[in-house]
Amino acid sequence: MADNITIKLKKEDNEFIEKVCASFNYSKTELINVLHQVQEHFGYLPAEVQEKIASELKMSVAKVFGVVTFYSFFTMLPKGEFPISICTGTACYVRGAEKVLDEFRKQLNIEVGQTTPDGKFSLGCLRCVGACGLAPVVMVGEKTFGRVSADKVEEILAEFR
Amino acid sequence: MAENKEMISLTIDKHQLEVPKGTTVLDAAKLVGIDIPTLCHMKLHNMGIENKPAGCRICVVEVQGRRNLAPSCATEATDGMVIKTNSMRVLNARQTVMELILSDHPADCLTCVKSGDCELQSMAHRLGVREIRYQGEQSCYREDFSPSIIRDMDKCIMCRRCEMMCNEVQTVGALSGVHRGFNAVVSPAFEMDLVNSVCTYCGQCVAVCPTGALTEVNHTNEVIKLLADPTKTVIVQTAPAVRAALGEEFDKEPGTLVTGKMVAALRELGFDYVFDTDFAADLTIMEEGTELLGRLNKYLSGDKEVKMPILTSCCPAWVNFFEKQFPDLLDIPSTARSPQQMFGSIAKTYFADKIGVKREDLIVVSIMPCLAKKYECQRDEFKVDGDPDVNFALSTRELAALIKHANIDFDSLHEEDFDRPLGESSGAGVIFGATGGVIEAAVRTAYELHTGKPLPKLDYTELRGLEGFRQAVIDFDGTPISIGIAHGLGNARKLLECIRENKCVYHAIEIMSCPGGCIGGGGQPLHHGHSEILKARMEAIYREDAGKPIRKSHENPYITKLYEEFLGAPLSKKAHHLLHTNYFDRKIKFEDSKEC
Ligand code: SF4
Ligand code: SF4
Ligand code: SF4
Ligand code: FES
Repeated sequence: MADNITIKLKKEDNEFIEKVCASFNYSKTELINVLHQVQEHFGYLPAEVQEKIASELKMSVAKVFGVVTFYSFFTMLPKGEFPISICTGTACYVRGAEKVLDEFRKQLNIEVGQTTPDGKFSLGCLRCVGACGLAPVVMVGEKTFGRVSADKVEEILAEFR
Repeated sequence: MAENKEMISLTIDKHQLEVPKGTTVLDAAKLVGIDIPTLCHMKLHNMGIENKPAGCRICVVEVQGRRNLAPSCATEATDGMVIKTNSMRVLNARQTVMELILSDHPADCLTCVKSGDCELQSMAHRLGVREIRYQGEQSCYREDFSPSIIRDMDKCIMCRRCEMMCNEVQTVGALSGVHRGFNAVVSPAFEMDLVNSVCTYCGQCVAVCPTGALTEVNHTNEVIKLLADPTKTVIVQTAPAVRAALGEEFDKEPGTLVTGKMVAALRELGFDYVFDTDFAADLTIMEEGTELLGRLNKYLSGDKEVKMPILTSCCPAWVNFFEKQFPDLLDIPSTARSPQQMFGSIAKTYFADKIGVKREDLIVVSIMPCLAKKYECQRDEFKVDGDPDVNFALSTRELAALIKHANIDFDSLHEEDFDRPLGESSGAGVIFGATGGVIEAAVRTAYELHTGKPLPKLDYTELRGLEGFRQAVIDFDGTPISIGIAHGLGNARKLLECIRENKCVYHAIEIMSCPGGCIGGGGQPLHHGHSEILKARMEAIYREDAGKPIRKSHENPYITKLYEEFLGAPLSKKAHHLLHTNYFDRKIKFEDSKEC
């Protein structure tokens, strides 16, 4: 029988979550905002972090998990070493961002919001990044690529492999 | 409460009627004999329990002047409304909704445990669905087996009744709706199995699930095998609440007592001895009552160390609840084991010796209204060298199925009586089955032991009822004893928080996890939302008590004999060893990790 579960987090991580929850007065109705801030800090919301938030806000961790899985903005998976973001703003979209996204999905064998098993790449979408002149735009880590077409995807990935 | 409410008038089909403002269309229709079909909606009247997610849309009606059909369970009746509950449009819409639900449901009714007792199945039949015109993706989840409950989410229709029970009524928080759209499902955190959650195994989610998505772990086959094994002596104990509900499975009116027929059926099934958990309930009162008096006397004489109040400990889901959520209060519940476990422990020592059967050849089966008892009998504290004191706990539903399976015509059975010595009980043991019963039984005994005088009355009606939280002060010949009673873990939580903050002063508190107490247990025949069934069962329990020649636990002659021959006295060393237990802190802990 699964008894005595112990959740281990780094001291500063525990403290960070406590601070965020305190700043929202431990109000359960602020859960989404708490999750938002905590995800901004950690990059994702692993199970331990959700347990800690639930305990601080005195609510059930199942409910916290329910909210995390309801909104596609939240993720439980760490971002890859090189997060790939594809702009799906109007300009990029009409110039074929969708095909580019499909190609990345195919080549990496992951869906949007997921990370490759080796932890190298993760796939995400972005709203307009304000570089419409370069549409479609793809960002990999810190680097921006413009006028990307599906057949350039392999080349781009090779740069980071 | 009968307030002077504003009335409004409306038309439903051919009927004109007046209802208080705030009434739903569904409830208004009921008043004129119109039974609008519902699926996700569930209301336990008088218990303040309602599930109203308006999710399934089976209950839609046409409202004149509105373009869309409205879900009647969540639509308030307004003045001048004109409603049609059975127009072609409505009937077609309901059928379509049902077909869509069924398009993502495994079509294995023939072999489903819920078949014949499934609300989805009977609703499809009632709505006249004869084909499913839609084909869609089928959900596919792994099955989740825990010691008490099986979750088969392929059969979940997202009515969210279980979620409401677990969160709002029980405040356990093991379940939540997760994900969205087609992937939406009710699940423990991180889609882990129930064993890894805060689940107490109270079984209230199972009690309300309309489909086969949540069912109990079935141990019938193991029991059948053991009954057929000539080297084993198989004995059975039946919990008090079972006799007040088993009849429902054989089309008897709710509240029909079937004690005698149940005993006869168990003999037919081949149990070597048919005993009564009520005997062990009397034993519980001896131990718990003595513990209560001990603490009380110390407290009254000014001992600051003694912990008050004492809490009952016969409900294993309640034990799980405080171990997982209130570990700081572990020292206030009584250390007395539950009647099920006291019975097992005495059966495998005292009784095994008496009949000269070795422990390993004696099998103890219990019939329980309860799913938590399946888990409880597997706890390590209740095993001797790996052998459990109680081998298997079957639910009331499993017993009914077993009786049918074995070609026993329940109706034509002659009433029989329990075997001795572990089948004799007092009326006090019987009322354990209803909320307030344990504490009333304890009062009957503690009063006489404390005051040395005969009880002024036997029926403490002030302790009875279905209100979620009740309190009463009982006069112990000049000493006022203040008593609290809670049923449903949500009510228990409120009480515990109050105690923790030192705001509630009670001497003794009874807590039962299930609304109504064990009569409303997760293993009982399904009530399908009809709360009047619980009331009828409760009345049956008190009827059985009133009809017993002995009504106080300490007057049960076989209990006296057990102490004389074997245990010595309540709370003796032997009694402690066999009849008491200890509790563990099982709350999730947070630690700073050492690694960086
Ligand atoms: S598991 Fe049962 S009660 Fe829970 S949402 Fe699914 S169908 Fe409803
Ligand atoms: S058994 Fe009780 S505690 Fe466990 S999930 Fe069901 S309602 Fe919640
Ligand atoms: S109240 Fe009775 S049926 Fe319900 S969990 Fe407790 S012991 Fe079992
Ligand atoms: S019963 Fe009304 S929406 Fe389900």
